[in-house]
Amino acid sequence: MEAVRSHYTDLRLTAHELACLRGDRLVFDDVSFSVKGGEVTTLVGPNGVGKTTLLRALGGLLRAHAGTVTLETGAHDDRPRRVHCHFLGPQDALKSAMTVSENLVFWQHYLGDGAASKEALNEALETLGLVDLADIPAGFLSTGQRRRAGLARLVAVHRPIWLLDEPTLGLDVASRQILADLLLQHVAVGGIALVATHADLGLGPVRELRLGLEATA
Amino acid sequence: MSAFIAVLKRDLLLSWREGGALGTALGFYLVVVAILPLGLGPDLNLLSRISGGVLWVGLLLSALLSIDRLFARDLEDGTLDLLLLGDLPLELVVAAKALAHFLVFGLPLVLLAPLLGLLLNFPLGATGVLLATMVTGAPAISFIGAIGAALTLPIGRGGLLLALLMLPFFIPVLIFGVSAIEAAVLGPASPWPAYLILLAVTLASLVLAPIAAAAALRLQFR
Repeated sequence: MEAVRSHYTDLRLTAHELACLRGDRLVFDDVSFSVKGGEVTTLVGPNGVGKTTLLRALGGLLRAHAGTVTLETGAHDDRPRRVHCHFLGPQDALKSAMTVSENLVFWQHYLGDGAASKEALNEALETLGLVDLADIPAGFLSTGQRRRAGLARLVAVHRPIWLLDEPTLGLDVASRQILADLLLQHVAVGGIALVATHADLGLGPVRELRLGLEATA
Repeated sequence: MSAFIAVLKRDLLLSWREGGALGTALGFYLVVVAILPLGLGPDLNLLSRISGGVLWVGLLLSALLSIDRLFARDLEDGTLDLLLLGDLPLELVVAAKALAHFLVFGLPLVLLAPLLGLLLNFPLGATGVLLATMVTGAPAISFIGAIGAALTLPIGRGGLLLALLMLPFFIPVLIFGVSAIEAAVLGPASPWPAYLILLAVTLASLVLAPIAAAAALRLQFR
């Protein structure tokens, strides 16, 4: 893993007439849109409209009922879409009995390409203000600190597509600013960021994908 | 491969740090074995004859006690979602977790068995056979149990249901494990045929169980 953040070129994530089921209930159907690298896209819409479901389907965590999702990475790459995605859900995927840095190192080994890079780990801890908490078991963290440790994963492991589900939950004003900076840095190198949120991310005007009566983009 | 090792090491570390569960399993094994002579009376010949079977049944039940939580914690804290986003096939994730379960629970239980055998007048000369069959069979319990753990994941606490569902698959392990010991203790047949079939059952479960368990886990993500 290189110390310099890699650049992504010609990324494009396209959903075509996507329909998803939760249980037997059709959450949405006929959703088509395309997002390309270099911009933050927010996913908005009322509760229960299927924002989380859509993010999970895009990441490959949920099989679409109909329609297709395609990812163009610009390079020849046979690996499935899921290995290009970061998913941040309502839980932070931290093990309470492991320290913050142990959690991050595990994800570096598991989600990264083999080697755990010390620089990326330190960068993640510094960016999210977790340096003093690095050796504390994650079980002792507050809600906001847990969320920051969850976000640190995005920095510790480089992946081109970020699918974030309500990333601002539990974050204070300063941490929200850090999140906004992270998103801007990520899209500045050509990454895709798709954020389901009800809150203002503090990024100024961003592209909105409105899920509801019909998805428009 | 590094991802496989990472999952294995993480599960071993977590079991070590969280503790408790192993103590429960060992204590349960002790209770099951210790209570039996009290119920059956002090007939040393009878105890000696059934000791191999009792030790095996106790091992199976004690190992199953902890396996229903194999995936539950990862589901609760969101880890399972991210395990799906890795390059490592889900089958190998399951295999790593089942292997960790064997190392954390199976091995200590196996090592406790000869000691508990003393309570049952287990013939000391057959200790080697006892350990050999158990070390060979215990991985199968962990791997087959993983299928049950994956299937019962949506229900929450599916411990009993898991045991019911997987019972038919545990029977061969039990039968051939016990008959190898009996052949060694009572003769006249050689323990090898039963032992080799036990080995075959374990090898098959090492390969097939992760596939079945991964398929069951994927049902979670429909």
